[in-house]
Amino acid sequence: PMSSRTVTNIATEQAVNTGPMFPPLQTYSEEETMMREAVKKYAQERIAPFVSKMDENSSMDTEVISSLFEQGLMGIEIGTEYGGTGSSFFSSILVIEELAKVDPSVAVLCDIQNTLINTLLMNLGTEEQKEKYLMSLATDMVGSFCLSEAGSGSDAFSLKTKAEKHKDYYIINGSKMWISNAEQAGIFLVMANADPSAGYRGITCFIVEQNTAGLQIGKKENKLGLRASSTCPLTFDNVQVHEKNILGKVGQGYKYAIGMLNGGRIGIAAQMLGLAQGCFDHAVPYTKQRVQFGKRIFDFQGMQHQIAHVATQLEAARLLTYNAARLKEAGRPFIKEACMAKYFASEVATLTTSKCIEWMGGVGFTKDYPIEKYYRDCKIGTIYEGTTNIQLTTMAKLIDQEYDS
Amino acid sequence: MTARVLVGVKRVIDYAVKIRVKPDNTGVVTDGVKHSMNPFCEIAVEEAVRLKEKKLVQEVVAVSCGPQQVQETIRTALAMGADRGIHVEVSGKDYDSLGPLQVSKILAALAKKEEASLIILGKQAIDDDCNQTGQMTAALLDWPQGTFASELVIEGDKVKVVREIDGGLETIKLNMPVVVTADLRLNTPRYATLPNIMKAKKKKIANMKPGDLGVDMTSRVEVLRVDEPPQRQAGVKVESVEDLVSKLKEAGRI
Repeated sequence: PMSSRTVTNIATEQAVNTGPMFPPLQTYSEEETMMREAVKKYAQERIAPFVSKMDENSSMDTEVISSLFEQGLMGIEIGTEYGGTGSSFFSSILVIEELAKVDPSVAVLCDIQNTLINTLLMNLGTEEQKEKYLMSLATDMVGSFCLSEAGSGSDAFSLKTKAEKHKDYYIINGSKMWISNAEQAGIFLVMANADPSAGYRGITCFIVEQNTAGLQIGKKENKLGLRASSTCPLTFDNVQVHEKNILGKVGQGYKYAIGMLNGGRIGIAAQMLGLAQGCFDHAVPYTKQRVQFGKRIFDFQGMQHQIAHVATQLEAARLLTYNAARLKEAGRPFIKEACMAKYFASEVATLTTSKCIEWMGGVGFTKDYPIEKYYRDCKIGTIYEGTTNIQLTTMAKLIDQEYDS
Repeated sequence: MTARVLVGVKRVIDYAVKIRVKPDNTGVVTDGVKHSMNPFCEIAVEEAVRLKEKKLVQEVVAVSCGPQQVQETIRTALAMGADRGIHVEVSGKDYDSLGPLQVSKILAALAKKEEASLIILGKQAIDDDCNQTGQMTAALLDWPQGTFASELVIEGDKVKVVREIDGGLETIKLNMPVVVTADLRLNTPRYATLPNIMKAKKKKIANMKPGDLGVDMTSRVEVLRVDEPPQRQAGVKVESVEDLVSKLKEAGRI
C-alpha cells in the first residue's frame, strides 16, 4: 500500500530569508521605483504618440528606437564600463512591463535586446567580443536572435542551418524564419549546426554582423499584431564567419539557447502583463463614464464581477512574473516558475483584451480606440518564445522530477 | 564664475491625482496617495542642470524640507543632474504647519552656509499655490529677485531674466547673487535616464534640522478649514439674446 508522504519543495518552502522582515512581493528598491516612474513618463510622452501610426505602417519609428537607447533602456544589465546602465534583471522586467503598457511592439524590441542578446554576450562573450559589441548594443545597435526556421519552431534543435568549418572560419548556409528586430539589427546571434552528425550537440552560436556578404534579410511578415516589430525571414548564402565570432563553445549552442530562453520567458511574461494592464487601464475608465439605463455600466453587477475577475487574474500574473524574476536574481531555481509566469501571463492577456473589447462595446471594436490593438497584439504571447504547450510540457517534466522517490 | 546654485524641490501630491478632502475638513488625504516633485520645481532643477552643462555654474545643490519621504524627491533631482542634496528634516506638527515663511528662512540660511550665488525655485507649489517662497527668500537675504522667469541668462556677474507678467513679457537685469523663480515656459524638464538614476544612488544627501540653521519653525498661519470647491451647477440654455439678458437680470448678475 502507498504510505502517505509529505512532499517538501525545498526551493519554495525552505528558502531562508536573511532579512528581518518578509515584505510583500510587490516591494521594490528605491532605484527600481524611480526607474519605473521614469520609463512610465517617457513611454507616455515619447512613444504613445507614435503607436497607432507604427501599427498601421507595420514599421518602428527610428526616433522611438534612438530614444530607447538615449534613455539607457537597451543596455539595462550591461555594466557601466561598457556604456550600459549597470542595473539588474528585475529592473529590466519593470521596464519591459511599463513599455508594454504603451506599446507591446516596443517592449519586445527592448526585451529581446536585454534578456536575449545582451545576456548571451555578457555571460558567454570573450573580452574581445564584449569590447567589440557590448558598448554598441548599449548605445546604438539593435541585436537579433536567430533560432527558428521554417521547419523547426518548437522542435528547435532539429534546425537545418549548417556551418561548415574551413581552417579558421565557417561557412554558414541555410535560412531562418520569424526573426524579430531583423530590419533594425546590427548583429545577429545565429544558431547553426557545425556538426550535423552529432545532432543537436553540434549547434553553435555565431555572431554575424549585418553587412556580412551572403546574409539576406527577407521581406517582413504582414502580421495580425506586434506589427511595428519587424519579423523577417533570413537567408544565409555562403556566409563567412571567423571562428573568433563563435559565442561560447562549438556544439554548446543548444545549452545556451535553453538557458537564455528561461530568462527570456520572464521577459515575455512581463510584456504580456504590461499589455494586459495597459488594456485594462484604458477600458475601466470608460465603464465608469458610459451610462446606460440611467447608471454607469460599471455599476451593473455583471460588469463588476467580470472586471473583478480579470483584475484578479492580472494580480496573479503579476505575482508569478515578479516572483520568477526575484528567484532568478537570487540565484535560486526558477525554470518552472518562469514557465508558469509566461504561460499564465499570456493567457491572462488573451482573456483581458477580449473582455476589454466587450466592456467598451462598439467603440472597442474600432481603431479609433487603442483596445483592439492590444487584442491583436496579445495573441502571439501564447505562441512565441515557447508555445503554451511547450511551457506546460516543461513544467510537467519538472513536476515529475519533484515527485521522484 | 558662479560657483553654486541652490535649487529648492518640494514633494507634493502628483498633479494627475484626484484630490480628496479629509472627512474632518482639516486637510486633504495624503496617505497612500501618489506624490511627486512639484512640476515647477522640476523646471527649476532642469534650468540649474542646464547652467551646469553650459559650464556657467560649478555645482547644483538640491534642497528639500520635510519628513523621510522627501529624500525620494531629492533623489529625483540628483537623477536629473544635481550634484548633491540636502534634506532638512521637518516632521510631525512642524511639517503640517510648514509654509513659505519657514522654508524661505531655511533656504536663506542654507544659501549663506553654502555660499550660493543663485537660488532657483519653482514659482509656486501646486498644492498650496502660495507663490511666496522665492520672494520671501530674496527679501530675507536682501537679494534681487526675478520671478515668473520664462528665460534666464547669466551675463558675467549679472542675470538677465525675462518675466511673464499680465501685460506680456518684462526683461530685467539683476546683480548676483539673485533669487529666480521658474515659470512654465522656462524649459521642458528632462526625464531621468536609467543610467542617471543609477549614478544618483552614489550622490550624497546631507541631513540636517532647522535648529542646526537657527530657524524658528513657528507658524504664523493656522488652517481653520479645508473644503472642496462648490459643485459645478448645471447651465441653462437660452434661445435668444433677449432671453439671455432677462435671465441674467433675474439672477441679479446685471
